[in-house]
Amino acid sequence: MKKIQSRISKKFEDIQSANKKALIPFFTAGDPSAELTVKLMHLMVKAGADVIELGVPFSDPMADGPVIQRSSERALKKKIDLYQVLEFVKDFRKSDSITPVVLMGYANPIEVLGYAQFAILCKDAGVDGVLTVDYPPEEGRDLNTQLRKHGIDSIYLLAPTSSAARMEAVARMAGGYVYYVSLKGVTGANHLDIDSVAQRIPKIRETVRLPVGVGFGIRDANTAKSVARVSDAVVIGSRIVEEIENSREDKIEQNLYNLLTEIREAIDEC
Amino acid sequence: MQMNEPVNEYNLPDAKGHYGPYGGIFVAETLMHALEELRKNYEDLREDKDFLAELSSELKNFVGRPSPIYFAKRLSEQLGGGQIWLKREDLNHTGAHKINNTMGQILLAKHMGKTRIIAETGAGQHGVASATVAARYGMECVVYMGSEDIKRQSTNVYRMKLLGAKVVPVESGSRTLKDALNEAMRDWVTNVNDTFYIIGTVAGPHPYPMMVRDFNSVVGNEIKDQMPTEIGRHPDAILACVGGGSNAMGVFYPYIGEKNVKLIGVEAGGSGIDSGKHAATLCAGQPGVLHGNRTYLIQDKNGQIIETHSISAGLDYPGVGPEHAWLKDNGRAEYVSVTDAEALDAFHTLTRVEGIMPALETAHAIAHAIKIAPSYDKNKIILVNLSGRGDKDMDTVARVSGIHL
Repeated sequence: MKKIQSRISKKFEDIQSANKKALIPFFTAGDPSAELTVKLMHLMVKAGADVIELGVPFSDPMADGPVIQRSSERALKKKIDLYQVLEFVKDFRKSDSITPVVLMGYANPIEVLGYAQFAILCKDAGVDGVLTVDYPPEEGRDLNTQLRKHGIDSIYLLAPTSSAARMEAVARMAGGYVYYVSLKGVTGANHLDIDSVAQRIPKIRETVRLPVGVGFGIRDANTAKSVARVSDAVVIGSRIVEEIENSREDKIEQNLYNLLTEIREAIDEC
Repeated sequence: MQMNEPVNEYNLPDAKGHYGPYGGIFVAETLMHALEELRKNYEDLREDKDFLAELSSELKNFVGRPSPIYFAKRLSEQLGGGQIWLKREDLNHTGAHKINNTMGQILLAKHMGKTRIIAETGAGQHGVASATVAARYGMECVVYMGSEDIKRQSTNVYRMKLLGAKVVPVESGSRTLKDALNEAMRDWVTNVNDTFYIIGTVAGPHPYPMMVRDFNSVVGNEIKDQMPTEIGRHPDAILACVGGGSNAMGVFYPYIGEKNVKLIGVEAGGSGIDSGKHAATLCAGQPGVLHGNRTYLIQDKNGQIIETHSISAGLDYPGVGPEHAWLKDNGRAEYVSVTDAEALDAFHTLTRVEGIMPALETAHAIAHAIKIAPSYDKNKIILVNLSGRGDKDMDTVARVSGIHL
């Protein structure tokens, strides 16, 4: 069977041949509202996003800090479920067939749906990658198989504490890109140590032959720029969600656009 | 101490922490290293003679073990059926079984060179037990507690503070135990170098369910010695209340291989299972993944965890230990539920008839014993793990009786 190139690897190929770095914004689907979700996705692409990580709200987001947790709670109050998140992606795909979309969330909503069914629905909606925070490689094998069947990449996290053996386990199962968590802690923490990131990434590259994105703790143009220098992609989540939380509803689009273009420019300067 | 008595052919969990399809390690990569470090250290120490001797000495001299078993003669005669026996965990230091586990874990923390203890708590019992051992070993202690629970359990909050612990209110989610656990995990992942996370029940990612079970098995192992001495044989049924399931696992585990002993876990039925307001995870939940393991959960059709209800804060948890999930599915243990009202009745009954005031959690197990005893022959033995005493519940009991203290 001929392997069709995934939207994610196509995207990274283009970026790398243009000698650029990828910008990957994250926000929670349904926050601040269902009406704005698809609009914001398009707006992020316009502002320079290369891949969009769309958060699937969950009641117990154990690996997230307070900012993303609150956004998850807001989305759940608006009754956003996994089906609706998939509808958002389907809607987005009507006018954007190039930008990869990655769902990021927790295991239990997928457990309820069943792996095979989830993979089919993702495929139908136009999802390109799935990052499930609490399915490490050991426990994520069956879901990985189902996703792979439909050409969907499984994105995995790597941490500063990941051993060589764990990197190998991730390398065997990962697709698209890997997501290096730049610090000890939860999303949105603010003590990123750029030197240790710079030391770590070459080690990851020895084992994992995929683009390496860096996230957790990137808060402004400066940190984005220094992270872009040593990696393939900058993932920015809490800072965006914070902007959504703190902006007046009629200013959200403008504010987000400004934030992302500023970061885009910083990354492109690196 | 006989922590690892072979229990027939039962040898779960497997190397990755699975009990059949349940258990496992469902956490973010950021926690994997800490869990691996914990697992390795525990695996070395659980066989280590010096460690076991140290633990055994602490359990004897600091906790007050072994706890007695007691024949509730008046209660049994009134019910006119089987004999009800009580394992008196209420007599332990700090008033419940929780100290067995925290003592084991703090010794492990000490051996691993950790200096800071964190814990989650619902009713406050595990928080108090953690703060107690932290004081005993001169370690810093931070306890995460839902702000709702802080309101409901102000006495225990004060006890923890007296013991030198810092109690951090958790304002996220439903502001109860499950959210306190999320918050403690976040602390751990951030401060993993110097911090040991003492989980209070047989839940969480591997090796916690196994480790907490092992530390609590001292209770079941004592019963296994005491019952044959007292009456020449094992009980016919063992009952324990189940929230997360640590006290139940501690008495069930040594008896899994004793096929003639019935094991019955009693969950919190709240206002009744049909009302939807309960915490009877095994009786009315479905399998899923939460807090690092696969187990039964109380959840909606989209896999979101929903709020539980019980008069007893210690049973108010939407998950349950994965080993219980497996014992339910394979039929080795049976799980039932009793309502708030039944538990409260049992609280008053045991207090008036035997002069023993049980914790409201424990009162659930007593209630079921009262229910089934009349159908047992007079020579049959029903043993209830009296997991904790009721002093902490005075406010709740008075309130539902319309009395202001």
